[in-house]
Amino acid sequence: MKLKGWKDVNPGAVCTEAGSALKFKTGSWRAYRPKWVEENCIQCLFCWAYCPDMAVFVKDGKMTGFNYDYCKGCGICALECPGKKGNKAIVMEEEGK
Amino acid sequence: MAKVVAVTGNEAVAYALKQVNPDVSAAYPITPATDIMQRFTSYVSNGQVKTEMVLAESEHSAMSGCIGASAAGGRVMTATSSQGMALMWEELFIASGSRLPIVMALVNRALSAPLNIHGDHSDGMGARDCGWIQLWSENAQEAYDNTIQAFRIAEHMDIRLPAMVCLDGFIISHSIERMEYIDDDAVKNFVGEFKALNPLLDIEHPVSYGPLILTDYYMEYRKAHAEVMSKVSKVVLDAAKEFEKISGRKYGLFETYRLDDAEIGLVILNSAAGTSKDVIDSFREKGIKAGLLKPRLFRPFPYEEIGNALKNLKAVCVLDRADAFGGSYGPLFIDIAASLYPHKNGPVLMNKIYGLGGRDYLPGHAELVLNELVDIAKTGKVKMIKEYIGVRE
Ligand code: SF4
Ligand code: SF4
Repeated sequence: MKLKGWKDVNPGAVCTEAGSALKFKTGSWRAYRPKWVEENCIQCLFCWAYCPDMAVFVKDGKMTGFNYDYCKGCGICALECPGKKGNKAIVMEEEGK
Repeated sequence: MAKVVAVTGNEAVAYALKQVNPDVSAAYPITPATDIMQRFTSYVSNGQVKTEMVLAESEHSAMSGCIGASAAGGRVMTATSSQGMALMWEELFIASGSRLPIVMALVNRALSAPLNIHGDHSDGMGARDCGWIQLWSENAQEAYDNTIQAFRIAEHMDIRLPAMVCLDGFIISHSIERMEYIDDDAVKNFVGEFKALNPLLDIEHPVSYGPLILTDYYMEYRKAHAEVMSKVSKVVLDAAKEFEKISGRKYGLFETYRLDDAEIGLVILNSAAGTSKDVIDSFREKGIKAGLLKPRLFRPFPYEEIGNALKNLKAVCVLDRADAFGGSYGPLFIDIAASLYPHKNGPVLMNKIYGLGGRDYLPGHAELVLNELVDIAKTGKVKMIKEYIGVRE
């Protein structure tokens, strides 16, 4: 994408395009990646509710994975995930491993 | 028809704000500015203005409230002094960086510590680089006139920057002077209907304020801000021309007093300029070609125009009612020296720090300085470039 010059930027850095945060992919900030362990998932959707971004995919009322374009790897979902019988359905793994 | 009144500086500013009748004000009291908002809240309580008045729990919140209301799309004003503005520090940059045309009266007061409630310019000078427009006022009349003009300047579609109107604490804010009020209708027409730019409350066109701007764009926004600053002078002069039509009073970027043929000159801000003019008259009577320059638009500083106005003098003393503890000179001196930098054969300069914490500036001080300038003009030599005056050894 060609970056704008100073003459073309919006006064006061006001964003006039609704939902343009979608274009700002923050996934590259991630140092740890949440991994979904489906067999331990009880579909409580805590992960979806707690995620400070909108990085948990939910389809037909069910958690189906993560949107790694936006997931920053904060680990909140993994912390909150109750899992099944003490086994977490989300584990954090170091990126690049 | 103008109405002649005898009022304090604060009363005059409060009256200007009443006539402008802004949409929102968020404020917190602090001496010596308290009186402005106290009077204004009475106008609100009595139904004389339609302003939504927010009594905040601190100046930090007051300016935050102003920012929110301005971004929402309202005409917004507030007032403060000294520590109050110091507490707004973070918000001052957010207001200007977000290009929100908030108008604020700054009743100049010394900064703590040591704690002091009286007038000096350390608060305004501390905020000189925060991207706001600053208009400085010698007396109640100028404070009133500048307040009205500030709305028009700040809200101009080419500018959209916050503006502060500075007046000296107590010396002006609390002394009664004879001055003139302009008719309500004339003020109303002069400031015009407020035009919002990208208002948050326009739900048909959703916008976001305050995004994160990193290495890829921050410099472009700063450059754009710097560029807007360079357009302010023209808008100030245009507003002054229009203002003259309703008031009969002339304003420029700065005022010159007997400066045209002057050989020695004083540069001084706000109320002390009045005393200085008197002393300059007495020097003129003695045949000494003395003059004065009083900056009005201090931010952005009209370097070129001021440099040209001073370049032909032999010796100039810049009087600062604030010190900049940077190991060099007072803040006004630094700007005056910079404005004369392109002029190789400009005047010899010296810098006196006076009147800190509200210490009186007396005719004797101006005489002392002018006599020293007479010597410097003859010899071309300065004993001490920077010196405190009116201080005990
Ligand atoms: S790691 Fe954080 S950002 Fe990523 S999905 Fe979990 S809660 Fe959301
Ligand atoms: S919090 Fe854990 S158990 Fe609940 S839906 Fe998310 S992954 Fe499944």
